[in-house]
Amino acid sequence: MAIFLTDSSRVIVQGMTGSEGSKHTQRMITAGTTVVGGVTPGKAGQVVEFSGATVPVFGTVAEAVAETGADVSVVFVPPRFAKAAVVEAVDAQVPLVVVITEGIPVHDTAAFFAYAQQAGTTRVIGPNCPGLISPGASNAGIIPADITKPGRIGLVSKSGTLTYQMMYELRDIGFSTCVGIGGDPIVGTTHIDCLQAFSDDPDTDAIVMIGEIGGDAEERAAEYIAAHVSKPVVGYVAGFTAPEGKTMGHAGAIISGSAGTAQAKKEALEAVGVKVGKTPSETARLMRAIMLERG
Amino acid sequence: MDLMEYQAKQLFTAHGVPGLPGEVAVTADEARQIAERIGTPVVVKAQVKTGGRGKAGGVKLAATPEEAAEKAGAILGMDIKGHTVHRVLVTQATDIATEYYVSFLVDRANRTYLAMASAEGGMEIEQLAVERPEALARVPVDVLRGVDEQAARQIVEQAGFAAVASAVVVDRVVDVLVRLWQVFVEEDATLVEVNPLVRTPDDDVLAIDGKVTLDDNASFRHPAHEAFVDKSADDPLERAAKEKDLNYVKLDGEVGIIGNGAGLVMSTLDVVAYAGEEFGGVRPANFLDIGGGASAQVMANGLEIILSDPSVRSVFVNVFGGITACDAVANGIIAAIEMLKARGETIDKPLVVRLDGNNAREGRRILDETEHDVVELVDTMDEAARRVAELAAQGA
Repeated sequence: MAIFLTDSSRVIVQGMTGSEGSKHTQRMITAGTTVVGGVTPGKAGQVVEFSGATVPVFGTVAEAVAETGADVSVVFVPPRFAKAAVVEAVDAQVPLVVVITEGIPVHDTAAFFAYAQQAGTTRVIGPNCPGLISPGASNAGIIPADITKPGRIGLVSKSGTLTYQMMYELRDIGFSTCVGIGGDPIVGTTHIDCLQAFSDDPDTDAIVMIGEIGGDAEERAAEYIAAHVSKPVVGYVAGFTAPEGKTMGHAGAIISGSAGTAQAKKEALEAVGVKVGKTPSETARLMRAIMLERG
Repeated sequence: MDLMEYQAKQLFTAHGVPGLPGEVAVTADEARQIAERIGTPVVVKAQVKTGGRGKAGGVKLAATPEEAAEKAGAILGMDIKGHTVHRVLVTQATDIATEYYVSFLVDRANRTYLAMASAEGGMEIEQLAVERPEALARVPVDVLRGVDEQAARQIVEQAGFAAVASAVVVDRVVDVLVRLWQVFVEEDATLVEVNPLVRTPDDDVLAIDGKVTLDDNASFRHPAHEAFVDKSADDPLERAAKEKDLNYVKLDGEVGIIGNGAGLVMSTLDVVAYAGEEFGGVRPANFLDIGGGASAQVMANGLEIILSDPSVRSVFVNVFGGITACDAVANGIIAAIEMLKARGETIDKPLVVRLDGNNAREGRRILDETEHDVVELVDTMDEAARRVAELAAQGA
């Protein structure tokens, strides 16, 4: 098992025929993902030859789901069409929609997230995220599949490259699932959602949570851990040296006043027994010690 | 993108939010002319993207056009929390009977929108939120339904306006909220705040200050917002970086930082600061995220900015090859160095490079075998941070 994505996941790619979509579809197939279709309006009936798979293109998500039994959609469509794409996937009742697209207006994300919540049948991950990988089983998104091997650590992170860094540091121990939830102001799946899923997953023994300055997601995750998570959690927070009021790349990574500082997040996590590393490498060492102790 | 008050008010006016006439001046003489045109008394207000303008002396009342010129002259050029005042808003003054607070914003925690409103003004809103949270209504907005008159009335009701304001005033506040909501959604704002919203002795309800943050991701559907873009920056390096579309923030240390991915770069700043504690408190000189692709061109532009920073003594290039293979990154670094040499730049500051991930071994081999006297390869992020801090300290 793993969370959200397993070896039985059947994946469609919205925007598969675009340059990013086709590049990453090939990478997903190479990583062992069962890609059963692509969706591009107006290109129904075409097929795309990938190395390792021939993938049919459908005009709508509903057709793709009806024909293939897909249960995951990975969205690569450009920002201005992303809202319609996600709404279409929700209407087709796809259980998991992973939105890779960067640069989606937050009002569009708020709308498709609210729409998905109202429908109650779709989990959205992202937007502006690298997606998720259950190593050795399936890869939905753009996380490089060869960084790490399958194992029993769960990883949740706002940041793409820090996700990769942590996967790399602990590549010899391996991961059940790594989820990049994205750093936009509104994301479909939160740290807490992932903590809950990892907590319930019999194949995850311990959890690494990577946060960064801005907002209060880490503080709320700490409260959740105290109340609901008995598995060991190791944390890392980026942004101790970020000055007040300056945006550091992610829309999420901005601090104002004392709210949302890295220090406040670290203290909140430590207060509930989460070990927090000073650097990614130290965080990896803390997790390594926990996994070695468990044997 | 944060807007200045006068820009926010342009959007308010476009959506029918009531306010007072005013215009922007960049010289004292312009301020005088505006005061003559709109009638005195006027308020002269510094236009900077930071709070606390009043306390800093950046907001002054002027009884005559001459006084407006005098106040504008004093405020222009003033430094408010590190922001130089380049323009002032000259606006009609009004008597104020009561101050209110209203805003719409993106509520990250609940992944929706939030309306906030208070019938009590005259107090710092953050202070009010902490000391008397019941006086500040926080009302979640149904994203799919939005704020119509009925929803606005609920917000006003929850904020307790009925107890302190007449029915006429309540109706006017409701109308302002509906119009501010239109600003919020139709302009793709992530924050629309009016503090204070005032009631005049004649029971007019006016937005006399305004704060709007626009969503940069939505600029493709708002060509008119291009006019708000401020390419100027007080820091010359930030200005140069903006012109090259680099995601750069100037900091006050000595170690130049280049990395890929915002999270990794933020983490790099921290790791360098920790390592620097051992070397006399050496700190990062900047944030620069060159993104996932890490092309030679972007690397060259980034290096050029960082090397031109006189406070930089050493540079840390910290790249994790995810999708981009490290051999491509290594070639990018070499191409960047050659590009800079071809531009006539001398590279006299040591570069510490750490490459990990996809094809790292090949990337390191390329850097090792190429003729270069400035690049030093270090295997891990922590060791590289230590080395670059040490080099910065030695260069002092």
